[in-house]
This record gives sequence, C-alpha cells and structure tokens, in this order.
Amino acid sequence: MLKYITKRVFWSIVTLLIIIFILFLLLQFMPGTPFDDEKLTEAQRIIMYAKYGLDAPFWQRFGIYLKNILLEGDFGISLALQKNQLVQDIVLPRLGISIRIGLQALLLGTSMGVVYGVISGANKNTWVDTITTFVAVLGVSVPSYVFALLLSYFFGYKWRIFSITYRHGMPFWSSILPTISLSMFVMAQTTRFLRTELIEVLSSEYIKLVEAKGVKRIKVIFRHGIRNALISVVTILGPLTVTLMTGSLVVERVYGVPGIGDLLVEGILTNDFNVIVMIAFIYSALYITMNLAVDILYGIIDPRIRVAKGG
Amino acid sequence: MENITKEMFTPVSTQDHQVQEMVFDTGATFFKDAWKRFRKNKGGVIGLFAIIFILTMALIGPMLGTHIYNELIAEHIDLPARVPFLENFGIFDGSVNGFNPYIKRGLTDIYYWFGTDNLGRDLWARVWMGTRISFFVAFVAVAIDVVFGITYGLISGYFGGKVDLVMQRVVEVISGIPNLVVVILLVLVLKPGLTSIILALMITGWISMSRVVRSQTLKIKEMEFVLAAKSLGASSFFIIAKEVLPNIIGQIIVMTMFSIPSAIFYESFLAFIGLGLQPPIASLGVLISRGYLAMLTYPHMVTFPVVVLSTLMLSFNLVADGLRDAFDPKMKGF
Repeated sequence: MLKYITKRVFWSIVTLLIIIFILFLLLQFMPGTPFDDEKLTEAQRIIMYAKYGLDAPFWQRFGIYLKNILLEGDFGISLALQKNQLVQDIVLPRLGISIRIGLQALLLGTSMGVVYGVISGANKNTWVDTITTFVAVLGVSVPSYVFALLLSYFFGYKWRIFSITYRHGMPFWSSILPTISLSMFVMAQTTRFLRTELIEVLSSEYIKLVEAKGVKRIKVIFRHGIRNALISVVTILGPLTVTLMTGSLVVERVYGVPGIGDLLVEGILTNDFNVIVMIAFIYSALYITMNLAVDILYGIIDPRIRVAKGG
Repeated sequence: MENITKEMFTPVSTQDHQVQEMVFDTGATFFKDAWKRFRKNKGGVIGLFAIIFILTMALIGPMLGTHIYNELIAEHIDLPARVPFLENFGIFDGSVNGFNPYIKRGLTDIYYWFGTDNLGRDLWARVWMGTRISFFVAFVAVAIDVVFGITYGLISGYFGGKVDLVMQRVVEVISGIPNLVVVILLVLVLKPGLTSIILALMITGWISMSRVVRSQTLKIKEMEFVLAAKSLGASSFFIIAKEVLPNIIGQIIVMTMFSIPSAIFYESFLAFIGLGLQPPIASLGVLISRGYLAMLTYPHMVTFPVVVLSTLMLSFNLVADGLRDAFDPKMKGF
C-alpha cells in the first residue's frame, strides 16, 4: 500500500511540475503585453521589461519562476489588475470564499444525489424512477450558469428572498444561491452514477443470497446495497471537482462573488498573466490533490484496485 | 391430486412443433437491433426529434423571420418578443415589466418573434444563426477528436506493451491538467476565434474517447475471433479495421453523442468568460453572455438563447442515454 501511495504521489508531483512548465511556456505566447499603454515609448517599454525581469533568457526566467513558486509561493506581481501588488496577496484572500462555495456545493450535491440515487435505483422502472432520472438528466444537461441566472432572477429579483449579488459581511447568506446553482450538476451526476451502481449491485449474486435468506428489502438495500454502491461513487469526485471549478467561474461572475473564479475572468479580460497563472496553478493543484486523494482512498476501500495498479 | 385427469392433457401436435422451430425474423443486424431498442426509449426519441427540429431551424430559421440577423434598426432596440395571434392571449404580446414598447413607440405593425437586442437586431434570426454556429463548432471539434481519440486508443490498446505505457503516461499527464485550464490558456494564447475555440475543444476532448476505445480494444483483442484472424495471417491493420473497430462502434457512437453537448457547453462557457467568438459572428453562448447583462430589464434577450441551448444539450444527453442502453443490451433490464 505504501509503495502504491508513493508511486501516486510521485506522479502527481511530476504532473504538477509539467503543468508549471506548460503554464510558463504558454504565457510566453500570450498576445498583448502588460505594458500595452500607448503612451509608453519603446525605450520606456524596454526599461519596464528589464525592471520586471521579462528580458532574461527563457530557461533562466523559468528557473527563477519555479524557485519563487516552490519556495515562496510567489507568482510575481499583478501586471494589470492591481499593479505592483503581489499576486498571492490578491489571490489568496479570495480563495476561501471559492473553496467554501465549492465544498458546500459538493456536500449538498452529493448528499442529495445519494438520496435520489438510492430512491431511483431501489425503485427502478417505476414512476419515481422516471421522475428522478429525468430530473437528473436535466441537471446534467443544463449548464450551471443557467441555473444561476434563473435563481438570481426569481429568488433575487422577482421574489426578493435573497440578495441578487454577493453581500460582504453575510458570507453564508450570500453563498446560498451560488451553492445551489453549482450543486445541481453534482446532484444529477451522483444520482445517475449511484442509480446504475445500485442496480448492478442489487442484481448481484450475494444480494440474491441475502434476499433468499428472507432479509427485508429495505434492509437489503441499506445494509448491503448502498454500502457497495457508494464505494464507486468516490471515483467521480475527481471529475466533479473540475466541473465545480468550471461552474464557479461563471456562477461567481453572475452573483459577483469575490472568489478566484471571478478574479480569473478579470485576469483574462485585462491580460494579467500572473494572476491567470496562479489561479490556473491552484486549480490544477486542487484537481491533482483531489485525484490523488480519491485514488488512495479507493485503494484503501477496494483492495483489488491497488493490486491491479501494481503496488 | 385426483383432480388432475388424463383429459386435461393434449398431445403436442407435430405441426405446433414445426411452428415453434420456424424462424420468423430475417435476423437483425447490429444497428437494426439497436434501433429497435432505441425506439422504445421515450426520452431518446423525443430528444432525437428535438435535435432534428433545432437543426432544421438552425438551417432555415433565419429565413423564416421577417428581419435580417445583422440589420441594425435604431428605432427597434430592446423590443421584447411579440408574436401575432399569440399576443391575444397575453403572452408574447411585446410587453415587459408592465409596459409595451411597441405601442409606446407606435410600432403596432411590427412583430419580432423573439424580440430585438440592444442594437435593434432581430433575435429570432440571431438565435438560429447562433445555433448554426454552435452546431458547427461542436460538430467540427467532436469530429476531429473522435478521429484522433479512436486512432490513439486503438494503437495504444492494440499494440500494448511499451507503446501503451508511453502513450498512457502522456494521457495521464494531460488528463492531470483540468480541461478548464487548458481551454482557457489555449484560447488566450491563440486569441479568441472560431479556430482557436475548436482547437481548444479538440485538445481536451479526445482523451475520454481514447480511453474508452483503449479499454474496449484491450477486451476485444483477447477474443477468439481475433486470434483466428491472426493465425490466418491477417495484418494488424486488417485486424484493427475489420475485427476490433466494428465491435466497439457502439461505444464510440455513444461517446460521440456525449461529447457534442459538452462541446456546445464549453463554447458557451468561453463566451461567458469573455473568450467567445468575436463579432460579427454570434453563437448561442455569445448571445447569452450579452443577454444576461440586461436580464433584469429585458429578460427576453437571455431567455430564448438559453432555452434553445438547454433544450439542445438536454436532447443530446437523452439521445446518448438512449443509445447507450440500446447498444448495451445488458443494461436493458435496468
């Protein structure tokens, strides 16, 4: 098991390093420069480049860059949004709110998804199942920003139950609508996945044996069915994380949440390379950590996996 | 027991026996069989009709309207939806938030079925033009990543060994990067436009296809008929093309159907965060990202593109679900 974990950790670190390199490489080809101001003369521009170390050779710049990131978490300074401020000072304070909304959505979505999935899977091919399946396919299909727009229009504008934009000082209250918008996909995906898994588990041999012994249906489902079906739900946590990040960009934009998703969009609109890179890095790191955690967790729960993957 | 008498039994006639053994069906091909199962799936059939309808509208819709999609009419800006006949029932009557700009501006003879945008352009024409663009982006991106994903998966799965090891490491590293990051950076670097968006969708899209194809290939290549072909001296290319590919075509079609809505979504997502197609072309995503800015005062600007986009994605997912169950009879009872 230890060998398996070590191997997974090693590959995660390699991936992360490659990501930093790709991010750095791509930044070299970004159109536009942070000094696009028309008032600047060519000479001034050269001075600016020298000041920010943008004129050094490629590998040297990458070396400095990597060292700064790994040792100090320093992604340089903001080039446009809040000029000359350290990027980390802009990004990190906003990280909390994004993670909070993301986790809330994950929690709400998966717990609702588990409930719907069990109801649907245990009553397959009944009208309850049909309704749940349809709601789930709706949740998977409709983009989270559509839910965000709908909720903010009705709950924020028409009925005035929640505020239409984020309110400082009321972090939980303001995070309710964004959380719901983001959780729809998570809920739907979990429902669909758990339903299929549960149906498969319930038709397996050992369940038939338990049923043959005369155990009550409800007990069969809860004691034996759900337990085994839930294990594989762990595997979709990785892909769900990406969906949550993607969704957070637009949902934070719609509600004006001061999170990193909104900041990334601002960075894109103003060509603030360093802000973009730091947030892209955070997203990648979160994703890799999530995948690593899922793999290890899955390896612990299900011994067949770590045997198959060699370790 | 005494109740059972001899009279209750009748001998099975030889004729009945013959009838039982006669084959009525001409035998179904793989696709016929799948189609038969698909037809029974209500959601899938409805989805298919919705897709056909939206596709048709994307092709002929702009011509059905009375206005041109890129015509700017200053007097007609911000008009809500108004449809003849329907307006008599209190819906689509051109009023918004309790007042009717058509009457107020004296445009009583003018009808915009989906209303107009903030530059006075007809949204009916623009929505269907946008659908056309969204379809185009999704189809091209998916077509390319289907071809690439299949090739990659087949090679990796069929040849195995070192080839597979290297190819899977590459996939592992690429899939370790969230799609979101790759798409955003690529479009940023290449400047937002039709080509860059398609390229970004393509680069992230092929991974899942290649994975499915690889795992299926691994399964198929161990089958007896592949061994038979091999012992008859068939070349690798022949086996891949004639033995492996036809056996995984079902999964490929299902994956393709799932990729299309995801491509449509990503395109609209990029538009939303400011990396969408540049004017004058407008996709559904561009229309939504513009429309939502005026959502509170003129909800019609965002409603129609959102409804079309959501219906489209829902339909594709329904069809994909239906196809999955149709191609995989094991799932039928489920």
